[in-house]
Amino acid sequence: MEIVRPQSHRNLFSSNDAVSVPSLPLYRSAPPLEVRLEDFESFAIDRLRVLKGISDGLSRGKKPEEMEKLVKELWKVNMRHQHASEVLNKDIISHFVLRLVYCRTEDLRKWFLSMECALFRYRFRFLTPEAQRAVMDNFDLTCRAVNNVEFESIKEKLGQVARSMGQPSPTVDAIFYKVPFEEVPELVAGRKVFISQGYAYVAMNQVVSLVATLFRSQLSKTLILTNRVAINCCRKWTSSIREQEKHRLTPIVEALSSSYLGPDFSQPREYAEISLKDIDQVAKSSFPLCMRHLFDKLKEDHHLKHGGRMQLGLFLKGVGLNLEDALAFWRAEFSKKVGLEKFEKDYSYNIRHNYGKEGKRTDYTPYSCQKIISSTPGAGDQHGCPYRHFSEENLRAALSRMGVNSRAMEDVMDKVRNRHYQLACTLTFEALHGMTCDAGINHPNQYFSDSQKILQPKKDSSAQNLVTARE
Amino acid sequence: MDFQVGIVSEGVEDVSVISDCVMVGIFSKLEWEETDWPQGLDIQGEIFFLSSCHHTCTSSLYSFFIHFSSCKSSSIFIQMIPQQESDFDHNYLKPYYGKLFPFADIFKWMTYGHDGKHPGCDQSYFGRREFSFTLKGDFYLRFQSFNNALELENSIKEKCPLKIDIGPVYTVDPAKRHAYAQGDNNVFAPVERELIFDIDMTDYDDVRYCCRGADVCLNCWPLMTIAIKVIDTSLRDDFGFKHILWVYSGRRGVHCWVCDGKARRLTNEQRASIADYYRVYKGNENSHKKVSLMGAALHPFLATSYTNVLKDYFEKILLTSQNLLATEERYEKILSMIPDESIASELRGKWQDSRRSSSAKEDINVVRWEQCKQLLQSGKHKAQGLRRCVEEIVFFFTYPRLDMEVSKHMNHLLKAPFCVHPKTGRVCVPIDPNQCDEFDPTTVPTLFQLLEELNNEGLRADVNGEWNGTSLGNAITLFRSSFLEPLQKACKEEIERSYNLKLQQSKNSVGW
Repeated sequence: MEIVRPQSHRNLFSSNDAVSVPSLPLYRSAPPLEVRLEDFESFAIDRLRVLKGISDGLSRGKKPEEMEKLVKELWKVNMRHQHASEVLNKDIISHFVLRLVYCRTEDLRKWFLSMECALFRYRFRFLTPEAQRAVMDNFDLTCRAVNNVEFESIKEKLGQVARSMGQPSPTVDAIFYKVPFEEVPELVAGRKVFISQGYAYVAMNQVVSLVATLFRSQLSKTLILTNRVAINCCRKWTSSIREQEKHRLTPIVEALSSSYLGPDFSQPREYAEISLKDIDQVAKSSFPLCMRHLFDKLKEDHHLKHGGRMQLGLFLKGVGLNLEDALAFWRAEFSKKVGLEKFEKDYSYNIRHNYGKEGKRTDYTPYSCQKIISSTPGAGDQHGCPYRHFSEENLRAALSRMGVNSRAMEDVMDKVRNRHYQLACTLTFEALHGMTCDAGINHPNQYFSDSQKILQPKKDSSAQNLVTARE
Repeated sequence: MDFQVGIVSEGVEDVSVISDCVMVGIFSKLEWEETDWPQGLDIQGEIFFLSSCHHTCTSSLYSFFIHFSSCKSSSIFIQMIPQQESDFDHNYLKPYYGKLFPFADIFKWMTYGHDGKHPGCDQSYFGRREFSFTLKGDFYLRFQSFNNALELENSIKEKCPLKIDIGPVYTVDPAKRHAYAQGDNNVFAPVERELIFDIDMTDYDDVRYCCRGADVCLNCWPLMTIAIKVIDTSLRDDFGFKHILWVYSGRRGVHCWVCDGKARRLTNEQRASIADYYRVYKGNENSHKKVSLMGAALHPFLATSYTNVLKDYFEKILLTSQNLLATEERYEKILSMIPDESIASELRGKWQDSRRSSSAKEDINVVRWEQCKQLLQSGKHKAQGLRRCVEEIVFFFTYPRLDMEVSKHMNHLLKAPFCVHPKTGRVCVPIDPNQCDEFDPTTVPTLFQLLEELNNEGLRADVNGEWNGTSLGNAITLFRSSFLEPLQKACKEEIERSYNLKLQQSKNSVGW
């Protein structure tokens, strides 16, 4: 890909036969196109809007059908082009620009990878069967269809799997693909396929997840490669571009990559320095349910398992509890149960570790809602998202302890039943604070700071800053 | 003796749960995991204690025996037998590492055929593996690496670690990781790791009534047997793995190492998918219904596990050995899993009325379970939710509970086989999955026992190593014959194959 000045714009694809170009590109190699500088940026920003929209949708717990609608809409609005022939170019160019931008760190790669894959997945669904088959051919899938003899021998098992998901048993003309189980981790994890001797039998209607995985591993490899090729990327990749463009592109790329995801709450913001004596009081007034629950359990049992310690500990760090106070806080509770010596021996390390004072000295960031919702607490664990992981009965009890009235409670439970856990939390917030929360709750520390903002209205001006920072 | 035992009367009820099981271990209050400690029982100093009189201990290694009996009443009989010394670390581990620990076998295993004899071998392979030692006083030494068997052996003999953990194989020698970690681009990353599973009895505390926490007895051990059977069968039949090693963890659980090349190269995501494939428990402490099986049929893996393993173990063993339906508190737990209130109350009515109408000979648990099954499966309750209810109950009480995090990530450490558990003194011996029913954790050779045998053997030199004359012999033979030898054969074949392939490719590329 070559970046050129506007006047020399030329389109290589337009000379190609339009039919031969797949409508869903696999982005296997950078296109031999010349790109106008303003397109370089504007295409990338348009695609970024799509990816951010997907990210927001997912973190709000939208259901697959809703996501499908959302993606269709996002794509239509952002990725159109006044010339129909340019649409595909825009798709490809924007992808490669963002790939350059997002290959630079592990976190950026991870985010980009999962959003691109989500996008790919939905776009694959929108394709006609013929177009789908073309994509599958590209991944050499068609030759791995199960033949009739084999189908007969495992028909019963395939039927069992289908019925376990509430679908009818497959008929004779159903097509199954036999692939190494490693290629369909998502289907394996959900026990949605029959697995035998290392092979998973993927039904035609599940092919999307197979294709998505193949796409993902291809993209993941090239992302790392992109980064390696451009060692210390943020400076060096530009050397592959004409010298005179360097100063114009570098800021674009850097601005693009920082405009993702929102704040990570690793540094406590305007209400920094919560002191130990206030903590009981703010826990009551401003902790979201997940943290309030952990906090109460800790006070009650003087103990939390690892997952709970991490979730609450990092949250408290984000709230502004400094290391000394954090140690004092955990020590006070744990020593009641395990004794002081055991606490110093076994637990204090972990707390210092969270604050980046031990081990590889990473300053860990507080968990976001998405991370908490997707955690898998087991027996004896108290962490996780109460809206997702509590039984209805326990959740109701917990909410009423918090002071949620019965009318609001029903609204909250309604969201929970529809698996909108963050919306349920948002409604709880609104019920308790008597104010609307338009941004929605995306992070426990955001819940906390929004709550403090309402409860301590004097600090209005700095609160304003936070809102703009999040936008 | 500056040793005190005090028992607070409020704690007695809690102590009762351990009344009829065998507890073995060297414990000091500080070393107990907080949840394991019976409330109200206040013991200071290091002790080794057994409950129940059926067990005799031959060890003179530990300081004290405490004997619990009739804990259900408020009187607790305590007997202390003072012994000479308790410092087992160096004095006892030294001869164990010196004469018994199978270094050569561990080395052969960890090289996976890359032993330098074949031109296709990767000479650096073993040297990129992380070992980690726990030394006396809770010193952890991570990122230890060794170039050959001798280095490994010398280091272990010298440091005498209480525990040896095995980590992944990295891109580069883990001991030199800092040298490679210059700049933003850290090339130091795990590239290979056995697929591992860790099953720990503490995760079963809500389905066993005989022991709690760190303790196991022959009444609850079948839960581990079930786990081995279910997971082992599926790893072989579903995922097609062949080289699987099961190891007793030394106290209260089992570890599993899946060592096929394919398994070692799985990504974290693929590992997580396998772990999730085995997961049926949903929710945490705060949601009571932990197993939910939806749909009109069970997935073939669950169905096979249910009919071949879970059902029988539940009905023939656990139901009676754990007295799952014997008291009101216990049957209420099962009734709470029945979504239909009318059925639950019908059963409750029957059971509260504990006139034993049926023959008194029959076990009350069995009788009640039959009644429960009959009602749930009778024709009139065909509702979707109830159809799975019997299975859900059985799954809840029997299905394996894996520590998911251990399996999901490549860089998790796991204790090496043949270590000695520092608290029980038991050796982490392999378990034969085909005969896991016969495995008895209480008769696993202990460090002390082995050393005594070694002393009795005298200085009889043996080509196969000193362990031949000790009870470790069987364990090592099993390790070799059922695991190491087939694994080595497969690894050699794989190296040969990829070497030939490479030769072929380079020939083709040269042959213009």
